[in-house]
Order: sequence, then structure tokens, then C-alpha cells
Amino acid sequence: MNEMPLWEIFIRSQHGLAHKHVGSLHASDAEMAINNARDVYTRRNEGVSIWAVRSTDIVASAPGDKGPLFEPANSKAYRHPTFYDIPDEVGHM
Amino acid sequence: MTANDPTVEFLLRLGDNCLILGHRLSEWVGHAPVLEEDLGLANVSLDLLGQAQNWLGLAGDIQGGDRDADWFAYRRDAGEFRNALLVEQPNGDFARTMVRQLYFDLWHVMLLEGLEQAPDERIAGIAAKAYKEARYHLERSRDWVIRLGDGTEESHRRTQEAVDELWIFTGELFESDEIEAALADQGVIVGSGRIAAVWKERLAGILAEATLTFPQENWMRRGGRRGIHSEHLGYLLAEMQFLQRAYPDARW
Repeated sequence: MNEMPLWEIFIRSQHGLAHKHVGSLHASDAEMAINNARDVYTRRNEGVSIWAVRSTDIVASAPGDKGPLFEPANSKAYRHPTFYDIPDEVGHM
Repeated sequence: MTANDPTVEFLLRLGDNCLILGHRLSEWVGHAPVLEEDLGLANVSLDLLGQAQNWLGLAGDIQGGDRDADWFAYRRDAGEFRNALLVEQPNGDFARTMVRQLYFDLWHVMLLEGLEQAPDERIAGIAAKAYKEARYHLERSRDWVIRLGDGTEESHRRTQEAVDELWIFTGELFESDEIEAALADQGVIVGSGRIAAVWKERLAGILAEATLTFPQENWMRRGGRRGIHSEHLGYLLAEMQFLQRAYPDARW
């Protein structure tokens, strides 16, 4: 059973607005991945929806590119909307 | 324990099936082939133990006196258990555990579907909750039997062996006796004879998809409901009841 592919599991919680990565597991196909995710990650009522994605289908940035990718944003404080008052009615941003 | 009220007797059958199968599945914990399956089996086991607690608790309420679910679970000997022989059969390999589960789940789902309509609200309520759990159990056991049957040469062989060897314990599930007949007359339950045909039809579909051969009609072993069990139940109870037997009423 060790050759079963790896899946990344995302769960949307009761009040959560988006699916959140919770971990990974092995399963032979999509249906088994959902069932296993249900058994492994929703035992304590954690979720109302599950996404499963084959780990090999995830494209990740390379750790070595951290500098060029992220450092340019460090010095641009004006991009943070901290200078505005947000009205309460707007709710979640 | 003789001359139980028919409803109590029926509830003991329901509760004991869940209790004994739940215990059997718990034996896999820490031993399952992969972590995902370890948790999956534990979840099914816990669902069944919860159902056992509900059915046996209700049996105690109806019977009156001081008997509760724990009393029924820990203070009876094998001859007083009313579970079907199927659920006390040893786990064997993973294929055997899954085939046993499929035989049981297919029957269990149909039984609970009928009990949801029971005029007694307490029975209908427990059945409604258990039905949702059993539907998921069936999805799992069905999927596994199909995967294993239609898998490798070895998994196919092991699954077919389990299908054939456990077959003789299935007839008992659909056996009707005076207790069930009395309850069916009172409208408490749907007679289990009626679900046998649908059970076989659904099973045939699953086995065909799994490329497995439907077992040959055979002599069926019976007796669990009358307390005549296979030797396996005694060993199971010895482990399950050890604490209560060695240290009666122990608390921590």
C-alpha cells in the first residue's frame, strides 16, 4: 500500500470562509482520498467541505527564489491599507 | 435471562450486533495496513459502540430495574448474547474484515431504514442517527471489496475466500422468528424476511463489479440470536469484560 499516491487535503470549517490546508495522506484515487480525509481530518467536527489535490499537481515556488520573489515587497509599506478607516459594514475583507 | 419482553429481546439483538462488531474492529487499532485505514476502522468501531450504547440503554429503560448499557455489555456471559454469528467471526486478514463488514453493512442499512419508520419514537430516533453512520460504513466496505476483488491476483484470491467462507453466516441475518413476527405484527419493525431479496440483489451487483463470484447456496449456520455462539465469542468477551470481571465496579 506504500505506493499509493500522496494527496494534499484542504478543509473548510464551519465558519471558515475558505478551504485551509490541513495536511496530507495516501489514497489510491480521488474517492478514497475524500473518504480518508473525512476519517483522518474531520473526526472532531472540523469541517463542512473537503478538497483533495494530488500532491504532484501542486506547483510550488522554490525556496531558493525567496529573495527575488518576496524581498521587493518588504520596502513598500504604502501597499498596506493601514492608512484607511474601514467602515464596520464592510465586514470581512 | 429468559422470557424477555419481545422488544427488549429485539433491542439486545441490535445492540449486541453493534457491540461485538465494534469490538472486533477495535482490534485493528494500531495494526491496520496504513494510518488512514487505522483511523477509518476506529471511526466505524466507535460509531458501532455508540449505537450499541443507545440500543442496550433503551433495552434497560424498557426492561426497568437497574440494568443499563454497561450492565448488558459487561455482566452477561456468551449464552446471553444475542448477536448474529457473523459479527463475532475473527478479523482474519484485511479482506476478510471488509467482506464481513460488507455483508453486515448492506443488511444494517436496510434494517435501519425500516426502523426509522418505527412507531416508537425512541427506536426511530436511534435508527435515524445510526442510519447515517451505516450509510458511510457501507460506502467504505463496498469500495474496499470492489478494490480488493478487482485488485491484484492475491487480493482477489483472499477476498473470494472470505466471500465464500463467511457466506454460511449470512442466512441468520434474515431469519424471522416469533419475536420478530410479533414485533412486525405490532408494526414496531419491518419483517427482515422481506429485505433478504434486496440484500442479495445489491450484493450480486457489488460482487460483479469486484469481479468476484457470488457464493453457492449452502447450508447456513444459525444460533446467535438464541445464544448459541461459535467458540470465538468467549475469547472476545474474556478480553472485553476482563476489567469488570477482575475488579468489579472499578472506578477511576
